[in-house]
Amino acid sequence: MFRLLENKMLVPNLYHALISAPDVAKAAQAGQFVIIRPTEASERIPLTISDWDAARGTVSVVYMKVGKTTAEFAALTAGQDLATVAGPLGNPMEMGLFGHVVCVGGCYGLASIYPMARELKRLGNRVTIVIEGRSSYLLYWQQKLRSVSDDLIVITRDGSKGLPGHINNLTGVISRQAVPVNRVIINGCNYLMMRGSQETRPLGIRTIVSLNTLMIDGTGMCGVCRCTVSGSTKFACVDGPHFDGHEVDWDELNKRRGAYLVEETQVLRSSKGE
Amino acid sequence: MTEQNETGSKPVKKMDLNRREMPKQQPEVRITNFQEVALGYAAETAIEEAMRCLQCRKPGCVPNCPVGIDIPGFIAAIDQRDFQSGVNILKQKNALPSVCGRVCPQEEQCESGCILTKRKSSVAIGRLERFLGDWEAILGDDAPPEIAPATGKKVAIIGGGPAGLTAAVDLARFGHSVIVFEALHKMGGVLSYGIPEFRLPKAIVDREVNYLRRLGVEMRTDYIIGKTRSIDSLLEEVDAVFVATGAGLPWFMEMPGNNLNGVYSANEYLTRINLMKGYDFPSAATPVKQHRKVAVLGGGNVAMDCARTALRLGAEVSILYRRSREELPARLEEVENAEEEGIIFRYLTLPVRAIGDDHFQVKALECIRMELGEPDASGRRSPVRVPESEFVLDFDCVIHAIGNSPNPLIPASTPGLEISKRGTIVTDLETGMTSKERVWSGGDVASGAATVINAMGAGRRAATSIHAYLCEPVPWPRGEGA
Repeated sequence: MFRLLENKMLVPNLYHALISAPDVAKAAQAGQFVIIRPTEASERIPLTISDWDAARGTVSVVYMKVGKTTAEFAALTAGQDLATVAGPLGNPMEMGLFGHVVCVGGCYGLASIYPMARELKRLGNRVTIVIEGRSSYLLYWQQKLRSVSDDLIVITRDGSKGLPGHINNLTGVISRQAVPVNRVIINGCNYLMMRGSQETRPLGIRTIVSLNTLMIDGTGMCGVCRCTVSGSTKFACVDGPHFDGHEVDWDELNKRRGAYLVEETQVLRSSKGE
Repeated sequence: MTEQNETGSKPVKKMDLNRREMPKQQPEVRITNFQEVALGYAAETAIEEAMRCLQCRKPGCVPNCPVGIDIPGFIAAIDQRDFQSGVNILKQKNALPSVCGRVCPQEEQCESGCILTKRKSSVAIGRLERFLGDWEAILGDDAPPEIAPATGKKVAIIGGGPAGLTAAVDLARFGHSVIVFEALHKMGGVLSYGIPEFRLPKAIVDREVNYLRRLGVEMRTDYIIGKTRSIDSLLEEVDAVFVATGAGLPWFMEMPGNNLNGVYSANEYLTRINLMKGYDFPSAATPVKQHRKVAVLGGGNVAMDCARTALRLGAEVSILYRRSREELPARLEEVENAEEEGIIFRYLTLPVRAIGDDHFQVKALECIRMELGEPDASGRRSPVRVPESEFVLDFDCVIHAIGNSPNPLIPASTPGLEISKRGTIVTDLETGMTSKERVWSGGDVASGAATVINAMGAGRRAATSIHAYLCEPVPWPRGEGA
């Protein structure tokens, strides 16, 4: 049984769940994900593990309430059990001493980059974190992120905090760094990762993104997570989810991601009794 | 006397003479529902059929059974109306009679060895097995299974499919403590996610899984060995490990356009509908598209399952196969069911390209005509492309059902485990022993994709070997063979 210990809205539409899953917590590494099925009737959805505590046997995920399944998740309260928490799945983010690493996060990606930055910092890298949001009230975990970085840069669309602008400012941010940047990691929605990769490509900086694809089993069995990287088909669940952002076929990724928009809307409507 | 099948359109082959027919849902009815197609024998029919068995002194059927069931024995029990004894005889060798009675290719196995095939038609062994399995579920004595005294030894089984379930039953009966790890949220492996409800009702799988529970087998779902925990870490706590993770990595026919929306692996299509109950969308949350024209690529049992599933969801369905009807690898019974239901078979047809529309949705397949040339290594006439015979067929859904290779999670995470070039775990064929000490393997992950009963046979052989080893450990032989 996977007991929900905490399930709270962090900022509008984004929730943080703390889950008891001792074996998952023991095995988790930065960049891996879990498949969660909130209730017996729910879909199986992949969510990045944003933190874990092997001693306490807990894992954290941050998710956006966007469809029926995440709405079912958000409706659960501490003390209830989740039907499935399976993982840790996918490959861990590649770790090493790279030099200066810029970790970029947006939306749920703020949480995803936290364990990556923590591990990179532990290994001795200089870590700069860039977080991006529409407005300051949509940002969270800033204290945590600051604690695992040498520098935290905030960009808001409305200028309510940090630099005004959006991911297009990444080139400027990187070029202003006193220490040359050796690697960029971007986590968030596919748009953020695509635009970020477009920014770093002319700079020639290796850029790793963590793809969001549809998934069912998450173990390589179904293949719905197919994506094209460097011209060949990969399964995001077992070959990824981390890939070279300059090599991803973003157009295909976005179109595959939206394959069930009509049905997702239908199921949401029917669950609301429309 | 020539019997007619339900549609009355085709005379049934002579071989079927005198064999008791099993009632089925009429095609025009069954294509509108997901309930089981074949309805099973009534007791009187089963007894009539059992009376046909000659009780050979040297039965031809038993050696052809991968798990060596005493077939004349259980048939004699039916003949004598002693169904409980029949069940007991079956269950000595086969823990899952209701499953095997339905999905085994009996015509290639036990029934092909029946002496009556030379004269009339073989005894319907599979149908009798199914009858007993189903009888037991309703009227069986429900006696607690016999279990040997506890040995204090612990065995971990990885994978809750046919091989794993069979090994679990045997090992539990030997008195070992057994834990089964299943990656998905439901036990059963391919029996749960793959084979459709209309061919194998999930209630039957649940019943067999409950039998394991009664034997005291511990089951952990949502647990992915190779990810949640490694085999090496398991070996610190258990005395033996049996790897039965199946062939779960889907193959796609190589052609451009495979990543278009509307193109599926058979695994994805069947998992959405069986495991995630997509036929009940939107009540079940996992979406299934309303496709109009579906192409299934391949000619095996999985292709038939996909086609007949899509049909039940309201589509017009074609099976595209590059050889002819003679070479279809699917069971004849399944092919006939599909034909009766109105599946369109397009033989000698090879898709070469999937064509998409402006929204990245598949809209057609470009195909090429094939003709049969000389027999190849498998003895089947090999298909050859007819030059400049390309043509285009409209489809809004394409399902690749051409096979699977073993899932790489365990091979990739287990040092010391020898893996073949095909990605299978190398085992000794007799014992299932791998190159890694105290690790056995069997079923599709070791053999490559095969049948449910072959996996069960491998589970049984491994259980026997594990039991022998646990009773009297011997120096670990280096895995060879396979």
